Order: sequence, then structure tokens, then C-alpha cells
Amino acid sequence: MMRLSWFNVVSLTLGFVFLYLPMVILVIFSFNESKLVTVWAGFSTKWYGELLQNEAFLNAAWVTLKVAVMSSTLATALGTMAAYVLVRGGRFFGRTLFSGMIYAPLVMPEVITGLSLLLLFIGIGLDRGVMTIVLAHTTFSMCYVSVVVSSRLVTFDRSLEEAALDLGCSPAEAFRLVTLPIIAPAVISGWLLAFTLSLDDLVIASFTSGPSATTLPIKIFSAVRLGVSPEINALSTLMIGIVTVGVIAASLVSKQSMIRQKREEQQAARAQ
Amino acid sequence: MMRRFALIAVPYLWLLLLFLVPFVIVLKISLSDTALAIPPYTPTLDWAEGLGSFFSQLDFENFIWLTQDDLYWRAYLSSLVIALVSTALTLMIGYPMAYGMARAPEEWRPTLMMLVILPFWTSFLIRVYAWMGILSNEGFLNQFLLWIGVIDTPLTILNTNTAVYIGIVYTYLPFMILPIYAALDRMDGSLIEAAEDLGCSRLSAFWLVTVPLSRNGIIAGCFLVFIPALGEFVIPSLLGGSGTLMIGKVLWEEFFSNRDWPVASAVAVVLLLILVVPIVLFQRNQQKQSEAET
Amino acid sequence: MQAIEFEPWDDPQQKPLIRFQNVTKRFGDFTAIDDLSLDIFEKEFFALLGPSGCGKTTMMRMLGGFETPTKGRIELAGKDIGPVPPNKRAVNMMFQSYALFPHLSIWDNIAFGLRRDKKPKDEIDRRVEEMLKLTRLEKFARRKPHQISGGQRQRVALARSLAKAPKLLLLDEPLGALDKKLRQDTQFELMDIQETTGTTFVIVTHDQEEAMTVASRVAVMDEGRLIQVETPARIYETPNSVYVADFIGDVNIINGEATAIGEERYRITWGDALPPLVATSAKPFSDGQTCHLAIRPEKVTISTEKPQEADNAVQGKVLDIAYLGNLSTYHVELPTGTIIKAQTANTRRIARRNITWEDPVWLSWTATAGVMLAE
Repeated sequence: MMRLSWFNVVSLTLGFVFLYLPMVILVIFSFNESKLVTVWAGFSTKWYGELLQNEAFLNAAWVTLKVAVMSSTLATALGTMAAYVLVRGGRFFGRTLFSGMIYAPLVMPEVITGLSLLLLFIGIGLDRGVMTIVLAHTTFSMCYVSVVVSSRLVTFDRSLEEAALDLGCSPAEAFRLVTLPIIAPAVISGWLLAFTLSLDDLVIASFTSGPSATTLPIKIFSAVRLGVSPEINALSTLMIGIVTVGVIAASLVSKQSMIRQKREEQQAARAQ
Repeated sequence: MMRRFALIAVPYLWLLLLFLVPFVIVLKISLSDTALAIPPYTPTLDWAEGLGSFFSQLDFENFIWLTQDDLYWRAYLSSLVIALVSTALTLMIGYPMAYGMARAPEEWRPTLMMLVILPFWTSFLIRVYAWMGILSNEGFLNQFLLWIGVIDTPLTILNTNTAVYIGIVYTYLPFMILPIYAALDRMDGSLIEAAEDLGCSRLSAFWLVTVPLSRNGIIAGCFLVFIPALGEFVIPSLLGGSGTLMIGKVLWEEFFSNRDWPVASAVAVVLLLILVVPIVLFQRNQQKQSEAET
Repeated sequence: MQAIEFEPWDDPQQKPLIRFQNVTKRFGDFTAIDDLSLDIFEKEFFALLGPSGCGKTTMMRMLGGFETPTKGRIELAGKDIGPVPPNKRAVNMMFQSYALFPHLSIWDNIAFGLRRDKKPKDEIDRRVEEMLKLTRLEKFARRKPHQISGGQRQRVALARSLAKAPKLLLLDEPLGALDKKLRQDTQFELMDIQETTGTTFVIVTHDQEEAMTVASRVAVMDEGRLIQVETPARIYETPNSVYVADFIGDVNIINGEATAIGEERYRITWGDALPPLVATSAKPFSDGQTCHLAIRPEKVTISTEKPQEADNAVQGKVLDIAYLGNLSTYHVELPTGTIIKAQTANTRRIARRNITWEDPVWLSWTATAGVMLAE
């Protein structure tokens, strides 16, 4: 085992301080009494109260949630299909174009994706609103889903599917009863990724939303442009809190199940 | 057979309609005349007229305009510089962290890994916003520096390029750490011992063995930072000042403030052309890596 | 000894269960199976044996329905099964990786195929119990595949593929993942199960010992063709080509020219420095024809004195001795440089220590010990 040198310790410590200090400060000052965000004036939760009464924020949060659930679900379905086609589809006409279209949105600047989709929606005369944001978000996040799912499918033992066929499944049944349950963790993380990307997106939503639909990031962006505000701090704290709890819980669960599986495998090997 | 067709056709058509067609439209509008009507362009290509008339009417007016107004090429240039410099800065901070993670005891690594990934799941916008309170004239950084007596008057950091660098390094740091860590983690620890056994000092073993073997991770990390940084919009518009020129911001303003769609489209097309080079290089690096692994 | 010989392939009245008729399978430019015809009979334990890439797995996958022949016809019980998809065939397969469904318990894995047939629940339960008993897995029914050992997994895979009582069971390197000791035990278990269930087994393997142990007939394959299809004993004792002789077991090949010297009796000249050899062959050779004499090492006797009354005797010196415990193999170099292997059983402890490296020795064998091969 290599020992950590002082240099390693210092770079890790400073690095993580750099990564986490801004968020810690933000969380602390969301409980600040004063409106002046940079001067501590005592503990208070009043900004949370005010946030909960801010109709505009609540509406935007509701819209964002709706968009995220719809687009991530659609994106998961389409992305899983696309992954299946890429890994198992064999050759078909325009395969190169297809895989290009899967990978391109991952590296495309958001401004370009947003602009092009807006021009499309105007071109075909689609009214901008929740629907158009969902379409836009589905399009780019399905590519992320498909990357996550296809990396799982690549390592998937194909003979499992063949065994299902051999035992009397139709191809659709084999997918539903065997493939899907086994790749489910990857599909779920694909969904979560798509959901977070949708919650997070400002640029593409700004291009594709209309006056009828404002998402939370759009709302935050326009508020933040005017400067720092304790209300936004409170909102940010809530969002950071939810994500932190979610990520930690997920990693604990997966760690637990991994440990259990390893233990059981060892037991089985010993029992032989 | 029908089922296979549907399976391919659904995602394929979706991407064709919502990814490829929009690009063709951008390309088409970038070649149209500006007009004040809504939508604010006169289409050069009427789909019904076909391609023949399109090529005869083709005009590069908007692209010529981009070369004539020095705002645009200065914006492209400064985007490139900002993206390059912040990629280098991210590498300088990210590499030691990835290296430290790879050398940390086995049981810490999953936790460290999670600590790197966690910010990625939190809102990008909020992470950029967090710096506004730190970098402003009355912000925490200035308060701290005044308190320890390094400076007498507050520094102006927010709304300068420095703030943009900090913002980019901060938000894209995980993208740099993860591929480098993955490369270092795969490395066989006995290689360093072998190098030291053959007479290398610690430091020369690091330069001669560790760094070359993590090369693919470094390259991947740099592209993962450089490519999105080039088209970045949120960071320059929140942390940058009026003097910060980045092409993503210019495009946004051209579109939303000036409502000049053809020029905005032309800006997008040129940005894309600039991005093609690093994207192709990145793909090639990834391909080489996956070939080396199999 | 078996009371009744099981030899349906010698009985012209018997109808084969499986019939390959001039089957060719190409993958792009590569010909995996080349115009191959083969009959396999009911209740046979049939082994497809060959090196990797010889086409044996392709044969099996065509039977399972995962590949379709490019040309030719495959019949199962008289019906063309070419267009039948795998899920509609009365054929089940045991996969090399076992392909146990990791998210299902052992019970559910075995019941998987029965449930697809929409059988009544009590019938499924009965059949699963029966299979668990057959493979001695009753205790593990509720466990998941990762909670049992490799040998147990192998039995689950077998139970699952037998549960639907297929007409034909395909086994793709079924014992490849087990260690040597477990593999040998499992071979006998497989034979027992095959006999009890009366199912026709087709096994694919690259392990000649395994094929010889379990199979009623072995098909030796190379480059998409069948080289020889025979019972294990006949494959070993009367290989039809140098390829088969060399692939199955250890063999000495002596190249020479044949001259007839009597009824099915030939003289083989093999270099001027050595006396000609005598061998018998039922297959005729013309005078001067090139032939390859294949002799198993255990049929060559090694001695320090010149043996009396041996049909063939040559002198050489010991180059190498491989002591395997139960056997010793001597590599003897003849004056011409040819190396002949002779094998002796070590029936006594520390026997034959009188022969050691560099010793001049005599090798001898009878006229009927070897097989004369034209190719």
C-alpha cells in the first residue's frame, strides 16, 4: 500500500475545500437574519418562509418538476431503445448517422441546441410552452440515457437473452423478463441523470419556453442577475439538500447490496 | 422484423426531427437576409422551390458581416483563450486531486469519488451563483483578505475575466478529475516500484511513469473541460463583466437582445465549425483508448 | 458389459432424430460449415469435437435456432426446422456460461421455461421439484445464482434446460468452467442423467477426453467439415486420418512407402538407414503409395535387450522421460533423428529405473499395433 504523502493530503484537502466551501457558505447564509447576504446578523429561517409564499417561484418549481418528470421518462424510453439499437441492432441503413446523432448532443454547446430547436418550433408553428421544453429536454437527455444504458448493455451476457428465447420467450418477452430487469439499475440511473439535467437546464429552456411556462432555473437566473439574495440562497439550500440526501442514500444502498452480494458469493464458493 | 424496424425507427426519427432538422434550419437561416418581421428573417430557402433556387440565391452576407465587425472575431478569440487557460488551470488543480485519490487507502476511495461526483448532481446555476457572494466587492473573499491584512481596499474580482476563470475551473473540475483518476486507478502500482528499483527518484518516477500512463485520462479530461467551456453562456453572464467576451454570450445577446436571428445562426455555425476539430480529436482519443483496452 | 448393443446408426431401419442435409453456413466470406451431412439418432449422447473455430458451435447454434443455414436443410424428427425460431423448437440448450438469470431464484430459473408454456401451477411445481431432485439441488431452490457454487450453477443450468423435457438437449462446453476434479465427477453425472431421462444429448467440446468419456458417438470436426464420425473406441483405435489420430490422444506418425507382401499385409520402407516395417491394413494400398503409420505410444514396447520375435524392432537412445505417476512416456530418438514415443504403465513402484537418459534402447511393436493411413 502506498502511503499518502503530505503533498497528496494538502492537494486533496485544498481541492475539496475549493469544491465545497462555496456551497457551505451559501447554505449558512440562507439562515441569515439580514437581507445583506454577506453580513451575518443572527439565525433565522424567515427566507424559507418567504420562499414558500413566493407564488412565482412555486409555479416555476411546479413547471420544472412537470417538465423533468415527463422529459426524463420519455428520454429513458427513447434512450434505452437507442442504446439497444446501437448495441444489438446489427447493421442498418444510416447507422453511422444514428450513432453520430446520439453522441453529438453530448458535446454540443447548449446555446446552439437551444437556438436550433427554437427555430424549428417557430418554423413548424408550435406554440412555445411546457410541451416544447419537454421535447427539447427529451432530445438531449435521451442521448445521455443511451450512453449510460449502452455501456451496461455492452457488458451484458448475450447468452442470457438466447437462453430466454430457448426456453420459449418471444423476443419481446425476453426483453421484458430478462434483459430489462438485469439492466434496470442502468436504466434507473439514466432516468435520474435525465431528470437532473432537465431540472438543471437554463439555456435550452430559455430558448424553448414561452411566456406561459417559466422554469425554476429561468426564474433563478433572472433574479440572480440582479445580485445575490437570501431568498435564492434558501432555495439553493433546499435543492442542494435534496440532491445530497438523494445521492448519499443511493450510494449507501448500492454499497450495501454490493457488500452483501460479495459476501454471499464468497460463502457459496467456500461451501463448494 | 416489424418490431425491429419500429425499434430503430422511433429514436431515429426523433433525433432526425429534433436534432438534425433544426441544424439544417440554423444553416439555412444563417444564409438568409435580416428583416424586421417576426420571425425576423426572410427565408432564402422555400422548401417548395427546391435546392436549385437555394444555391442560386445563396448568400454569405451574414458570414461576411461576422468577419467585418471585429466584435465577433474578438469574441471567438477570447472564448478560445478563456477556454484554453481555464482548461490548463483545471488540469493543474484536478491532477493533484486525482493523484491523491488514486493513492488514498482503498476504503476511502468510494467516498472521495462520491465527493467529486456530488457537485455534478447539484444545480450548475446554483454552483455558479455561490461564487457571486464570494467574489463581490463586499464578498467573503474580500472580507477575509481585508481581515488578515493582505489588502487595504477590496479587490474587484466579480464581473472580470478572473471570476470567469474561477467559475469555469470550479464547475468543470469533476470532469477533469474523473477520467484522470480512472486512468491512475487502472495503473499497476508495482510500475512505480519497478521504476524506483531501477534507480528513479520519486519525482522522476512520477514524470517518467505516472504522467505518461495517465496521458489518455489527461487528454479526455482536457477535452471534457475545453469543449463545453468554449460555448459557455451562464458563467460569463453571471460572473463576467461587460468586458468579458465569450461567443455563447454574444450569440445569446444577438438572439434575445438584437433579435438578429440570421447573424445569431451564423455565429452558431462558425462556433460549431471551431468545435469540430476538438470534438474529432476527442473521439479519436476515446477510440484509441477503448481499442487499447480490448 | 451392455446387454444390448445401442447402435442405431448401424441399423438402416432406424429414422434419425436429427438430419443435417448438405448444410452450409457462411458468415460473410467465412465458411463456418461446409456442405455437411450428418444423422443423429434418438437417445444418443453425441459429441461434436474439434479445435476452436472448427464449426462445432455453429452446428449447435443452428440446432438451437440461433443461426440459420445458408444452404441445405436441417430436420428434427423428419420436419424441416430451418424457419422455426428458437422459442418454438422442442430443443433446449445449456449455455457455456450457464446463462442463469441472475435476478431469479434457482426455482424460478428452472420454472422459467415451463411458465412460458402456460402450464398449470401444480404441474410446474411438480416438474421443478422433480428437476431439483434429479440434480440434487432441493436445498438451494430459494437461492439466487450468485449464492451457489460453480458446480451447483452448472446443475441448475442442466435442470433448467431439461425441465421442458426437450426432444433434444444441446450442451455447449457444459463442463468448461469447472476444475478438473469436479469435471470428471460431473461427466458421470451427465451420463446418468442422460440415461435416466432418455433425452438425446448433443454436446460440443474441445476436450477429447470429455468427448470420449461421455459420448456414444464422436464427430471430429475441422474447418467446417466432419472428419470422422464413430464410437469413441473406433475413433481411437481406427482413426481414418492423421488429423483424427493426432487430435485424439497421443500418437506416433511414421511416414513411408507401402508395398503389399500378402493378404492385407504391407511392408513400409521409411528411410535407407532403418529396416522396413510390417503392418496390416484392411484398406488397400498400391505399391509405392505414400502412407502414414499411426501407432499409439502405449502399443510400443521399450526394452534394453533386442526383443525376440517382434514384427518390428528399431534401436534408438532415450532423449526424454516424462514421469506422470501412473505412466511414463519415453521419447526415443532413432539414428535418423525421428522421435518415437513409448509409454509404459508404472505397475510397480520405482520400476524401470534401469532405463534412463542417453541409454540405448529397443522399441518394438506388432504388425497389428498401428494403423496405416493414406492421409
